[in-house]
Amino acid sequence: MTIVLGFSAPRPLRGLGAAGLALILAGCSGRQSALDPAGHEARVVGDLFWWMLIASVVIWALVMAFSFYASHRRGEPWSSRAAARVILICGAILPTLLLAILLVFGLRLMPMLRAPGEELRIAVEGQQFWWRVTYELPDGTRVSSANEVRLPRGRRTEFVLTAQDVIHSFWVPPLAGKMDLIPGMTNRLVLEPERTGRFRGACAEFCGASHALMALDIEVMEPDAFEAWLQSRRTPPAPPRTEDGAALFLANGCGACHTVAGTEAAGRVGPDLTLLSERPSIAAGILPNNTDNLVSFIRNTRDIKPGARMPSFAMLSPEQAASIAHWLLTPRSGTAGTRRADATP
Amino acid sequence: MVLRLRERADLWSLLMPPTIWALHFLFCYLVAAVTCARLGGVTLTKPNPGASFASLESFQPWVIGGTAVALALIAISAWQAWRHSGFGLEDPPHDAATPEDRQRFLGYATLLLSALSFVSVIFIALPAFLILDCR
Repeated sequence: MTIVLGFSAPRPLRGLGAAGLALILAGCSGRQSALDPAGHEARVVGDLFWWMLIASVVIWALVMAFSFYASHRRGEPWSSRAAARVILICGAILPTLLLAILLVFGLRLMPMLRAPGEELRIAVEGQQFWWRVTYELPDGTRVSSANEVRLPRGRRTEFVLTAQDVIHSFWVPPLAGKMDLIPGMTNRLVLEPERTGRFRGACAEFCGASHALMALDIEVMEPDAFEAWLQSRRTPPAPPRTEDGAALFLANGCGACHTVAGTEAAGRVGPDLTLLSERPSIAAGILPNNTDNLVSFIRNTRDIKPGARMPSFAMLSPEQAASIAHWLLTPRSGTAGTRRADATP
Repeated sequence: MVLRLRERADLWSLLMPPTIWALHFLFCYLVAAVTCARLGGVTLTKPNPGASFASLESFQPWVIGGTAVALALIAISAWQAWRHSGFGLEDPPHDAATPEDRQRFLGYATLLLSALSFVSVIFIALPAFLILDCR
């Protein structure tokens, strides 16, 4: 630690420094870090970042050493011809060569990262403040979801990105760089995950009051498991109909905006809730998926998510909201257990 | 008029290298845009609707030609500036209030601008040889 601080700090300060460094290093790994790559593009860009960082540190150290030498040397000054030569080499020729190397490296990278995807395509539409996700299978079948994307490891999956209202930006830092979602335009991004795991994506373009509350969950699965999951979702599972929650959901007009396959609810304004019980979070990646959080979100929507188009359903009693939440979060027949956050440590 | 070799340095001769750099930049982007628009190649069917895979190879000779012309003009400008600056026989800073020093100052500044423009023109031409389609 004394090396990092540059002086011998008093003991409490050392502890503070160590804690600070641990905190900084903790930010380098994790499910939303570009420095902990889990995808092809992120790895290539991450390598480029480290090379540039190391080279910059070396150049900075050399410049500092030069300035130290210049300010501390004694004796005859250099001849202006020798000084001009140093300026020409270190100030013009070397930077030009380094920039040329970086430019060629970057330009060679670009076509490689834009190579087309394989069979599966996923359409993602950005809206204030959530993501509509549609898996487009090669045979034309569509599987609807929202705020969660599952991907097969080792395949190049193409994302077709659009926006409904304002500009958003789709960014999953461990997998790739960001790509804007622009109303009236279709952008493309290809993700090639290299290891399985759960990651977090975020909207990276300011899009309104709840911009910071617009995240999404990414789960990279083994190709076989992914294929099995997708096949099982080709026909949406039937919801349990035995509960009061279904009746309350429909009676309160939720179905005007939300779709729950197998019921009369077929709205397209808000997220498709058919597979809600499988998602690790609710409200676009901001709350762990459990009944308590869902009750609270239904009754206080606009307090939790300012500017959301869904009104707060404060007129529902906690019991009624709990009934709806319980119905929505009951695992659908055919789903292999829930993937809710409260089911995992 | 501006391209004519000049006996004496002035603002026109100083502006020549960056002007050539700007025109070369415009030329490369225009030719690339026209090539991609004419070749089309935008696929409307699956698996990649909207993506254009038209090859940019036919565009490379244009870039080579345009870049050669631009580099030659910049080299001429640099040679002229070298002459105006007194063939490097006098050391800078050329800041005396005399016509001779004014000439040397303009010549030396033009020489440095020529070097910058020369490198920039090469950097602008590079993508044509590393990015090979219209995507």
